Amino acid sequence: MSDKRNIIIGVIIFILLMTIPIWLNLATGTSTERPELEKPKGDACVMDKEYMTSYHMDLLNEWREEVVRNGEREHIAPDGKKYDRSLTNTCLDCHPSKEKFCDQCHNYLGVKPYCWSCHIVPEEFK
Amino acid sequence: MSIDRRNFLKLAGLGTVGLAASPAIDLFASVKVPEVSKKSGKRWAMVIDLPKCHSEKDCTSCVDACHKTHNVPDFGNPKDEIKWIWKESFHGAFHDVGHEHLKEDILHGPSIVLCNHCDNPPCVKACPTQSTWKREEDGIVMMDWHRCIGCRYCVVACPYGARSFNWRDPRQAENMKDINLDYPTRMRGVVEKCTFCEELLAKGKLPSCVDACKAGALTFGDLNDSHSKVRELLENNFTIRRRPGLGTQPQIYYIV
Repeated sequence: MSDKRNIIIGVIIFILLMTIPIWLNLATGTSTERPELEKPKGDACVMDKEYMTSYHMDLLNEWREEVVRNGEREHIAPDGKKYDRSLTNTCLDCHPSKEKFCDQCHNYLGVKPYCWSCHIVPEEFK
Repeated sequence: MSIDRRNFLKLAGLGTVGLAASPAIDLFASVKVPEVSKKSGKRWAMVIDLPKCHSEKDCTSCVDACHKTHNVPDFGNPKDEIKWIWKESFHGAFHDVGHEHLKEDILHGPSIVLCNHCDNPPCVKACPTQSTWKREEDGIVMMDWHRCIGCRYCVVACPYGARSFNWRDPRQAENMKDINLDYPTRMRGVVEKCTFCEELLAKGKLPSCVDACKAGALTFGDLNDSHSKVRELLENNFTIRRRPGLGTQPQIYYIV
């Protein structure tokens, strides 16, 4: 058992290397900054906040399918209010800044949705 | 009743011929020009009055209105051109119809052409992702740009050249600085074409080209409604369609 010391050192080096992202994040402080979302303009969303946080992408896919393929353009919110199923004209009415709203979480999580290669953010064209 | 070997073979042979003939008969029966669908619902169509169109010299209102409404990029060169509605020479549009002694203004004047929203659209058959399809409720040949993979089979399949491919990022075009905020653009690698302004029809409005035409040469309406303006025009005028021999059943009609 003369290799005991070397093995322990090796294991410690291995664990340090494997966990390097954690140490780097702690050192630079980037991971501790939770995304800060801009407050929406309106007072009600098309669905409740918890649902939108987790499933807005599913809702948008459903809207896309319904509008383009089935011609169903009306969304009825849980409170009975009717909305036009439109990313640019409904969502961005209350959340006008893609940078201060959408991008906050998307950048934090490293996801790159391609909505905006076609859909327009009016603020960016002003 | 007993059956000898000779009669058994005769009957078996006859049965085989019968079995083989049935699909062959079906095959021949299916080779016919399909009729315009008379299903319930609407059938949007357009009548273009060329003499009326020619009464406004060098007018481009319909093209401008359409391309402005739908953020159609203009790169200023024919290689990257995107067209929804455009001017074609009469020979280009109707090369199998005209002859050299035709009325001067028709022969040398422009013909307005756009997607024919065929009743039997070849582009739809070619599309591997069903990103283009014919809407059963109103006959519009629609596009779902989310699904288009840019294979361009439809561009090849369309005999009217009504489909354009985005070789470049459309947002880089000079005219996209003045963008219509109510309509999306497309992205590089996607095919696009006229959608009969289905987004405006959904709001009860007319297509933007029809709305913009100063000469009143474009008439849009429902073919299934016997009192519609398009039906009236078709009944009272001699009209032609582009390349009728192909059996695509175009739904853009021309008064010449």
